[in-house]
Amino acid sequence: MDMASLPRAVELACPAARNSRWHPGGQAALHSEIFTPGTEASGAGAALALALDGMRASARESEGAPKDDTQERCILWVQDMKAQRLAGRPYRPGLPEALRHRLIHVAAKTPEDALFALEEGVRCRDLACVIGEVAGNPRALDFTASRRLSLAAKRHGVPLFLVRLNAEHDLSSARMRWDVVAAPSAPPLWNPAAPGHPAWQAQLFRARTHAPGEWTLRDEGSFLAAERPPERHADTATSPDPAPANHGDLDLRTGARSLAAL
Amino acid sequence: MAIWTCELALDRWRHSEACTAGEGADAQPLALITETAHGPRIDAANVAARAEGSVCGMMLADARTLCPHLQVRPSDPAGDLAFLERLAVWAQRWGPWSAIDAPDGLLVDVTAVAHLFGGERRLLADVAQRCKARGLSVRSAVAPTAGAAWALAHYAPPEAILTPGDDIADRLADLPVAALRLDNDVLLVLRRLGLKRLGDLAGIGEGANGRDAVHRRFRNRKSPAANPLIRMDQLRGRVPEPLLPVIPLSAALVQRRLMEPIRHRNLLDKVVEDLAADMARELEGRGEGARRLQLGLWRVDGEVVLRDLELAAATRDPAHICRLFAAKLDDVDAGFGIEMLRLRASWAEPLKLGQADLEAAAEEHGTSLAACIDRLTVRLGTAAVQRPVLRASHIPERAQGWQPPLEAEAPQQEELAFHARPLKLLDQAERIAVLYASPDGYPRRFRWRGGVFEVARVEGPERIAPEWWREKGSTRLRDYYRIEDDTGRRYWIYRAGIAGDGRGGEPDWFLQGLFA
Repeated sequence: MDMASLPRAVELACPAARNSRWHPGGQAALHSEIFTPGTEASGAGAALALALDGMRASARESEGAPKDDTQERCILWVQDMKAQRLAGRPYRPGLPEALRHRLIHVAAKTPEDALFALEEGVRCRDLACVIGEVAGNPRALDFTASRRLSLAAKRHGVPLFLVRLNAEHDLSSARMRWDVVAAPSAPPLWNPAAPGHPAWQAQLFRARTHAPGEWTLRDEGSFLAAERPPERHADTATSPDPAPANHGDLDLRTGARSLAAL
Repeated sequence: MAIWTCELALDRWRHSEACTAGEGADAQPLALITETAHGPRIDAANVAARAEGSVCGMMLADARTLCPHLQVRPSDPAGDLAFLERLAVWAQRWGPWSAIDAPDGLLVDVTAVAHLFGGERRLLADVAQRCKARGLSVRSAVAPTAGAAWALAHYAPPEAILTPGDDIADRLADLPVAALRLDNDVLLVLRRLGLKRLGDLAGIGEGANGRDAVHRRFRNRKSPAANPLIRMDQLRGRVPEPLLPVIPLSAALVQRRLMEPIRHRNLLDKVVEDLAADMARELEGRGEGARRLQLGLWRVDGEVVLRDLELAAATRDPAHICRLFAAKLDDVDAGFGIEMLRLRASWAEPLKLGQADLEAAAEEHGTSLAACIDRLTVRLGTAAVQRPVLRASHIPERAQGWQPPLEAEAPQQEELAFHARPLKLLDQAERIAVLYASPDGYPRRFRWRGGVFEVARVEGPERIAPEWWREKGSTRLRDYYRIEDDTGRRYWIYRAGIAGDGRGGEPDWFLQGLFA
C-alpha cells in the first residue's frame, strides 16, 4: 500500500485541507487570471487580497523556519497604457498597509511590453508577487504567451495575478481563472449608510486543482473571508468552516461583545 | 598658498605656437579675442600689444584704431579651465590638496608642508622655477588664510610670505580693496564711499558703530563675493571659507582594437562579451560597480556610434551587462566595419567583493531585483518603472509622487488612518453627469462612461481646500464623497466648489478614484 496516498494527520485534523473546493488560507496558485469590468477596481482589489492571503499562508507555513524576508520583498504592478487609462494607477495611500512601501509600478505602453515586464518580474527572485493589468484581449496575449508566463511562474515560484479588464474568456493556461465583480459591502457598525470593507462576487470558473464555485470574498483587513452564496450553502456538507459572523467594522477578536465593555 | 597664473591664456597660446615670451609670433602685438553680441572683444593682450595701448576687455575695433597692425587669435576659455584643472592636480606636488580659483588661480593647502622644501621661501622659489620651466608666468604667495594668500599673490610684491605670527590686517592694510575678491559693482560702491585700501575698511570695521554701518549698507548681500565684511572676516580667518578640492578621478576604461573590422552581429556580441569581462576585472580591482556605462564603436569610415546604459544598482556582472547592451545594439549600422570598441564606466559606485555563485544558483533562482529593474528600464525607459512615494500635500493627486524604484525614500508623514483613500486614482478626474441629486447635496443617480449608477450608500463630505500657496485664488475647494452603488461598485467622487462661492457657476461633479 502506498503510504503517500493515505491522508496526513493535518488533513484529518482540518477537513478543509482535503477539500477539493477552493478556500482562503491555502497556497496561492502561481498563475491566476481575474476577469473584471473596466469600470471598477474589484479585479485589482481581489488580486491584492488573494496575493496577501497567499503571502500569509506561506508565512504561516514557514513559521519556525529561519526568518524569511518574504514580508519585505517588493511587489511588481504592471499596467499597459489602456488599462492605466481605463482604471487608473495604484494610489499609495489606498493600498493595503503591508504593501504600501514595497510597490514598484511599471507603466508599459503596449501589451507586448507589459507581457515582457510580467515575465521579467516572474523571473525575479526578489519579488513577493507580480500583478498585471491588461485591458481587452490583445493579440499578443494568446495561449502561447500565457503558457510562457505559467511556466516561468512555476519555475521561479513567484505568484502572478493577471487582471483582465473588459476581456472575453479566451484560451489561457492560468491555473485559476476568476470572474470578479463588486458585491455590496457589509455595512460598517458605526455608520450603516457608509460603504464598508470591500467585498466581491467571485466565480472560479476554471481551476486545475479545485472544483469551480462561487464565493463572496470579503477583505477583512487581517484575513480574507469567503462565503458560499446562501442558496447552495445548505447542501454542501464539505463547506469550509463557516464564515465568521458578520460584525461589519467591529474588531473580530472582541466577538459579539460591545466594544464599550472592553 | 595661492598661485596666480597672470597670463594663462597667452601662455597656453605661446605653448601651442612653440615660442617663448617676446620672440617669434609673440614679438608682434597680438590679442586673444572672443566674439560677443557687440563685436569682438579682447580677452588677453601680449606685452607688445599692451605697449600699443590695447587692454583686456577693450573692443577689438577700438584697439585697431590705436594699433592697426594688431594680430588676433580666438581665445579658448573652456580649454583654459580644463588646463587649470590639470594644473591643480599637478600642483598637488606642493601640498595634499588643491582647489581651483577660477578663472586663472590655484589654491594649494601647504599647512605643515613648507619644511619639506626647506621653508616657505624655498617653497615659493620651487613653485616659480617649476612653473617657469612649463612656460607659465605665475605669482605666488603663502599666508595663513586662503583670502590673504590670494590678496598677496595678486596685489603684493611677488613671493610674499605671511607667517602665522604676523597680524594679517596690519600687513595687508596697504592693498587695494580689490584684493578682497569682490564683485565689480561692490568695488564701485566702495570706491564711491572713499574706501580704497583694506586699511580703510579695517579701520571702520573695528569700531562697533562703523561695522554696523557697513553691515547695514550690505545687509541684503548674502554671498561672500558681494559683502566686504564677510570677505574681510574670511581674510582674517574669523569665519571659515570652504574650498572645493580638486580630486583626480579616472573612469574605468577598457578597449579592443580589432585586426579585421567586424560587420556581423555575432562577432560584435563576442567582442562586447570580452569587453564586459575585462570591465568586470577592472572594476573588481577597484572595488567598484558600474552605474553608467558607455560603449563606443569606432567605424572604419570615421563614424563613432555611442550607446549609453544606466543601471539601477552598481554591478559588474559581465553577463548582465552584455544582455543589457544586446538590446541596444540592434540598430547599429556597422557600415564598412567596426575597428575599435571602447567600454567606459563613467559613473561607478563602491561595491564590495562578494562570493560569486559557485553553482548555477543564479539561473535556478532567477534574477536579482536590481537586474530585473535594469532589464525593464532598458526596454521601457526610466520613466516607466517607478515607485510611488508620498509627497507633502493634501490634494489627492499631489499627495503621491514617483521616484526610481531602488532609491531611498525620504521620510514622510503617512496618510492619516481615518482618511479612506481609493485603491486606484484616475490620471485625470473624469466628469460625471448628475441626473438626480438628493437634498443633502450628493448625487443619487449619475452617468459616467455611458453607464447609469444608482448610489446606494454615501459617506461624506470630506472637504479638501485648495492649496492657496500654490494655486490661484479662483481654484475651488472639493467636497469628496465615498459612494457605493446598488451593485456594490465603490467610487470616490467630488464636487468642485459649492454653489455661490463666487468662483464660477454651478459646481461640477468629478469621479477621481476607484475603491477596491
